Amino acid sequence: MVERAHNTPGPSRELLSDADIGRVVDRIAHQILEKTRGARDVTLLGIPTRGVPLAVRLAERIRSFEGVEVPHGALDVTLYRDDLRLRGARPLGPTSVPAGGIDGRRVILVDDVLYSGRTVRAALNALYDIGRPLQVQLAVLVDRGHRELPIRADYVGKNIPTAHSEKVSVLLRETDERDAVVLHGGDL
Amino acid sequence: MNSWLIQNASIVGRETADIAIENGVVTEVGTGLTAPEGARVLDATGLIALPGLVDLHTHLREPGREDAETVESGSRAAALGGYTAVCAMANTSPVADTAGVVEQVWRLGRDAGLVDVQPIGAVTVGLKGEHMAELGAMADSAANVRIFSDDGFCVADPKMMRRALEYVKAFDGVIAQHAEEPALTAGAQMHEGEFSSQLGLAGWPAVAEEAIIARDCLLTGHVGSRLHVCHVSTAGSVEILRWAKSKGWRVTAEVCPHHLLLTDERATTYDPVNKVNPPLRTDTDIEALRAGLAEGVIDVVATDHAPHSSEDKDCEWAAARPGMLGLQTALSIVVKTMVEPGLLDWDGVAERMSRRPARIAGLDGHGLDPAPGVPANLTLIDPAASWTVVPNELASLSRNTPYAQMTFPATVRATFLRGEATVLEGKAQK
Amino acid sequence: MIRHLLSAADLDRDTATLLLDTARQLGQALTGREVKKLPTLRGRTVVNLFYEDSTRTRVSFETAAKRLSADVVNFSAKGSSVSKGESLKDTAWTLQAMGADAVVIRHPASGASHRLAGWVDGSVLNAGDGTHEHPTQALLDAYTMRERMGRLDGLRVTIVGDVLHSRVARSNVLLLRTLGADVTLVAPPTLLPVGVETWPARISYDFDAILPKTDVVMMLRVQRERMTDSFFPSVREYSRRYGLDLRRAALLPDDALVMHPGPMVRGMEIAPEVADSARSAIVEQVANGVLVRMAALYLLLSGEKGAE
Repeated sequence: MVERAHNTPGPSRELLSDADIGRVVDRIAHQILEKTRGARDVTLLGIPTRGVPLAVRLAERIRSFEGVEVPHGALDVTLYRDDLRLRGARPLGPTSVPAGGIDGRRVILVDDVLYSGRTVRAALNALYDIGRPLQVQLAVLVDRGHRELPIRADYVGKNIPTAHSEKVSVLLRETDERDAVVLHGGDL
Repeated sequence: MNSWLIQNASIVGRETADIAIENGVVTEVGTGLTAPEGARVLDATGLIALPGLVDLHTHLREPGREDAETVESGSRAAALGGYTAVCAMANTSPVADTAGVVEQVWRLGRDAGLVDVQPIGAVTVGLKGEHMAELGAMADSAANVRIFSDDGFCVADPKMMRRALEYVKAFDGVIAQHAEEPALTAGAQMHEGEFSSQLGLAGWPAVAEEAIIARDCLLTGHVGSRLHVCHVSTAGSVEILRWAKSKGWRVTAEVCPHHLLLTDERATTYDPVNKVNPPLRTDTDIEALRAGLAEGVIDVVATDHAPHSSEDKDCEWAAARPGMLGLQTALSIVVKTMVEPGLLDWDGVAERMSRRPARIAGLDGHGLDPAPGVPANLTLIDPAASWTVVPNELASLSRNTPYAQMTFPATVRATFLRGEATVLEGKAQK
Repeated sequence: MIRHLLSAADLDRDTATLLLDTARQLGQALTGREVKKLPTLRGRTVVNLFYEDSTRTRVSFETAAKRLSADVVNFSAKGSSVSKGESLKDTAWTLQAMGADAVVIRHPASGASHRLAGWVDGSVLNAGDGTHEHPTQALLDAYTMRERMGRLDGLRVTIVGDVLHSRVARSNVLLLRTLGADVTLVAPPTLLPVGVETWPARISYDFDAILPKTDVVMMLRVQRERMTDSFFPSVREYSRRYGLDLRRAALLPDDALVMHPGPMVRGMEIAPEVADSARSAIVEQVANGVLVRMAALYLLLSGEKGAE
């Protein structure tokens, strides 16, 4: 939820290619199956915007690997953010909780980039207003560091050390033209 | 100190001359005059000398609402606006419907000494439209009332209007009608048209004014009396007046500066500073009113100066009282709307703001161009100096001007009432 | 984002669409939840300033504000200093001193919300001012139409009844036009304001002719008092010419929607049988009303305090 800039000016560098992302998503799917022992009580909730297609992809991979149907949905956290007074009104993203809800489920939150941790904090609050999960885990495509809260991811596609001045953009075919992770700016 | 030598003034916008004043009376008008004994000299180069302005329609609020205006504060605003005489409307509290009240107002004006305050008497007791007030007693009083008006309310009953018109013939009085058919304006808040429909404010249709003017012109013709129509605001009214005058009937009419300048679009802010009765109308009406004033169908400009305290204006539109300040802005607005577009010259301004109103009101010493033997009631205007309206700097006790922060041409530099300077260098002298 | 919501004209097409979309997302976010409350406006104060009795509108705003965790203060004409003649401006200063972040105002005078917006720093939401506007009612009507009909662009909406005195009609005409609908007003000429020809709507006196070309018909309430003021001769004649009875309802296309901003005068502007068929939309409008008001509060109140 942190970097959304796709037209950021300045030098940029592709960190993950289309094929890299495919492999990374495969790996996370395998790790989920391994760590949750077959993902039978797992529910995947993507954080809009790009966490949602990632959650869909993970559910597809898990089904193709093990034939398990993992319920998946979307959890918008905009209304739980702590910076609404600073950043102004944002359009809301979709929220859709799979039928059956999250009570007693092992919920895995899915997002594209983990940065300050504030989005995940908002997501945890949102989650507990919806129900009472058995356990909450976190899967991210990129962890770029600079945490401001005691939060860590259970599944990380790639750790990318960055400077504050840099921007990390995740592009996905569902929302963008292609799959890629791009690093912008920095040492100018 | 009523002796002056005013040098190099343009007399009513024409030739440049000196004006010598001794003991309140003009003694000589010509070039290269020497100052009379003990006279002060005022260099009026670049200024225009006009006969002191006369307002047929002023609300001074005293007695009753001295928080909004007093005879003294209103007189000061008038002097600063170039006036030497104002006619004070009768809708005070108590109403000026007896000799006692009109004499009180007249005396307050005399005591203030800034302009001549000529009271207007009410037509009916308490402005209620039911019983005729003692018009003869007011006419015979020290106030010498000649204009009678229920302004604020229309004398709506046609029989009452007829009787009043007839009755005042005995002392050459005139009925000044606030033309508003009440059945068509119940709850009315603004001009009925595009903006009232959008704003959800009850409409005040033009026809409510025009129907009364038509009726009253016919009554005036029928009984052979004098009618003065207050604050004409619509194009249709101008047409009716033109027709009535063509009949030779003794009908005169006034227009207010705000109706020459502002439109009903002003209401879209819902700021009641723009609420006035009759209401601001449309561009078409403004055009017809300006043309009617230029042509003489509308005889005079009158301010309808209507001070209101802040609690009567800092409120919801419907709760606000109608009316706006006018004395200090009238001349500038006439210059802007009539002189600058070439519709009137300075002689036309003098005619419509001084000579004609003085004759309608029967004010003998006013409305006379500077000439030997004439009381020195005059005002000096700087046509080249523009000014910006700052509400807190106006002399009125109220602040309800719709012209805040607007810049207008022409500034009043000095005003003389019978030779006494009431305004010098744009400042009131008392 | 705009700071106040005083008129439907304050909303351009993008903002109006964002508001309706936000309402929809809020509906989704709250569906099936244990906690029907969002922390979004925690610590913010919303004042309901009601100079007219309108339990329905007040409760809707109150619920909306509470669902967003705002503190709600109800300030009604009864039981407050308003009845002692305190001016609107003095009340505004009191609200200002209380630190109200938003004031929801219902007032019998047209333009009262405009005046209030000049006197307080917080956001002002017009919950109905005299015969002027009622923008959140129009938003919930538009929301309901969009949910039911799937679109607003090109939708043929007919508004019938006392347009002259209706703040609902004014807001609906402006908002529906902004959102691309075609609006026709049907009323006796006495109940249309002079100047209505400048509105972005068609005018008709022939209800029967319009009905087959109508996707949504909205019946405005007609108060019986209008009859005594000669706007029309009798209830019977009014309902014969402008009432939605069963015969007229049959002239509508099959999928047409019947709406009524309520409260209904049965047998006057709408026949009981038609009213009952319209009720389903009326019930869902209550829920929709909370959602659009939540969306309005969210969009007006997030962002820098006091920023334009």
